[in-house]
Amino acid sequence: MAIPARRRTADVIAFMFATLATLLGLVFLFWILWMTLREGAASLSPRLFTEMTPPPGESGGILNALYGSFVMIALGVVIGAPIGVAAGTYLAEHGRHSRVAAVSSFINDILLSAPSIVIGLFVYELVVKPFGHFSGFAGALSLAIILLPIVVRTTEESLRLIPDTMREAGFALGLPRWRVTRHILYKAAMSAIVTGVLLGVARIAGETAPLLFTALNNQFWSADLNAPLANLPVVIFQYAMSPYDEWHTLAWAAAFVLTAFVLILNILVRLLARKGRYR
Amino acid sequence: MTAASTFDPSSSPVVKKSGAGADRLFELITAGAAWFVLILLVAIAISMAWGGRLAFHTFSWRFITSADWDAVGGHFGALVPIYGTLVTSAIALIIAVPVSIGIALFLTDIAPRWSRAPIAVAIELLAAIPSIIYGMWGLFVFAPFMATHVEPWLSDHLGNKAIIGPLFSGPPIGIGMLTAGIVLGIMVIPFIAAVAREVFSAVPPPLRESAVALGSTRWEVLKSVTLPYTRSALIGAVFLGLGRALGETMAVTFVLGNAHDLSGSLLMPSNSIAAAIANEFTEADTDLYRSSLIALGFLLFVVTFIVLTIAKLLLLRINKQMGRTH
Repeated sequence: MAIPARRRTADVIAFMFATLATLLGLVFLFWILWMTLREGAASLSPRLFTEMTPPPGESGGILNALYGSFVMIALGVVIGAPIGVAAGTYLAEHGRHSRVAAVSSFINDILLSAPSIVIGLFVYELVVKPFGHFSGFAGALSLAIILLPIVVRTTEESLRLIPDTMREAGFALGLPRWRVTRHILYKAAMSAIVTGVLLGVARIAGETAPLLFTALNNQFWSADLNAPLANLPVVIFQYAMSPYDEWHTLAWAAAFVLTAFVLILNILVRLLARKGRYR
Repeated sequence: MTAASTFDPSSSPVVKKSGAGADRLFELITAGAAWFVLILLVAIAISMAWGGRLAFHTFSWRFITSADWDAVGGHFGALVPIYGTLVTSAIALIIAVPVSIGIALFLTDIAPRWSRAPIAVAIELLAAIPSIIYGMWGLFVFAPFMATHVEPWLSDHLGNKAIIGPLFSGPPIGIGMLTAGIVLGIMVIPFIAAVAREVFSAVPPPLRESAVALGSTRWEVLKSVTLPYTRSALIGAVFLGLGRALGETMAVTFVLGNAHDLSGSLLMPSNSIAAAIANEFTEADTDLYRSSLIALGFLLFVVTFIVLTIAKLLLLRINKQMGRTH
């Protein structure tokens, strides 16, 4: 029995629309990546990694910004990841059926999508205002707050995937619960937790809004965490919004470095996660 | 108490040696971290309310009803940023919702099997690109594109129509609410598409198969089975996207133009809550100015909190319905 033409047309239109929608998404992805690659690769030079950010109208590099970003990301991970793993452990293990864990898990998902600019304002109120100046430490703290819910979520999920027989096997050996968690569960969930932390790093590496009023920026070389610290995202923001062509070129180069780092990290993590699953 | 009556693990020599106290300590530390997450959210809300108290106190309701944002005169009414935030987010959803559902449909029903995973990863990578890159691309590539190719057409063909005309009038400068809304739309597509794809593929096959057996076309299966079955999760996904769009800062800051004028035209520059904070906070030279910007942050936080809570509740419901625990 043939399907009436009107119904067949609706079917074809719907499926053409779905295909076009997917194409549209892919077009934008490749458009953005292509422009970043084209403009960025044209501005790449060894000076990028050996010189400091220049004053208006001059060319230079982004060494201080790379260093500042690296330090703040590392410190953010050092602060955020352990708290995140601990909280995720409570949600999946000790607090599994408790009310606190349920509420905390819920709130964590909201923090996961909370506007990062508000987190910047929060750290400004908490650290920058009382101390009276912008600092790399405040920047690292805001990155840690953004990283935290990501680590909590992945830790909780990866621990929940471990079958209870593993826990029971540990208890049967007379191990106390914390040893079961530390020596059995963390071992089993380690690659998933590391994956979560790395995805978190990819996310905070590009975070700009929370650094605007915490780390601010610094045109010169500075390793002082107690002073404004240069960083890649804010350099891109300031230089791209400026009227100078030299700064635009540098902003594209910095954008290229940042995008390459974030995408390569994302793809690597996905490949590793896939390999881990089939092992 | 006699030793044999009940077994108490803490009195067992083996357990004691490896530390029942350590067990307690471990639980305390992890519970403390879980509490920390809760306290963090409350602390953010309180510090925003506290930081914004001067503005709320000075202007009371006029803070959200007045469009007069005058740093020199010390008058701060947030109507323009609020309006800009809502309009750009609405444009973003109008674009992102159908496109995301289309992508989910394509990935679950149409695409050849071998191509599904790579395409899904590519769409997810859209979410991995830092928002500042979207902003730069928006400013240097997409805004000029809109100004030369899209906006002249819009104002020529739609600008003189009744009712919708005023939305598309004005000079085609590329920077404005329409451009910002489109960039936001692209940014939230991966979030909505990921949830939609997941729930589409979780629809029990017998439901779809019975519809097919009754002679439905694939479009009718989607319309009459898949969409109704996944409705609450899809609405949850839309709210999730809305939460992202409302709070997105950098991409919008680049292409919105930072103008404190209330304009009916989508082609005109405007402002958003997040963009106003990003642009002006470090320049705010008076306590009242700074407090007004933090008050904006408070509004943004409260609104996104409500939106994300609705999203989460809707998504929890479908998870229960599908027999998952989390």
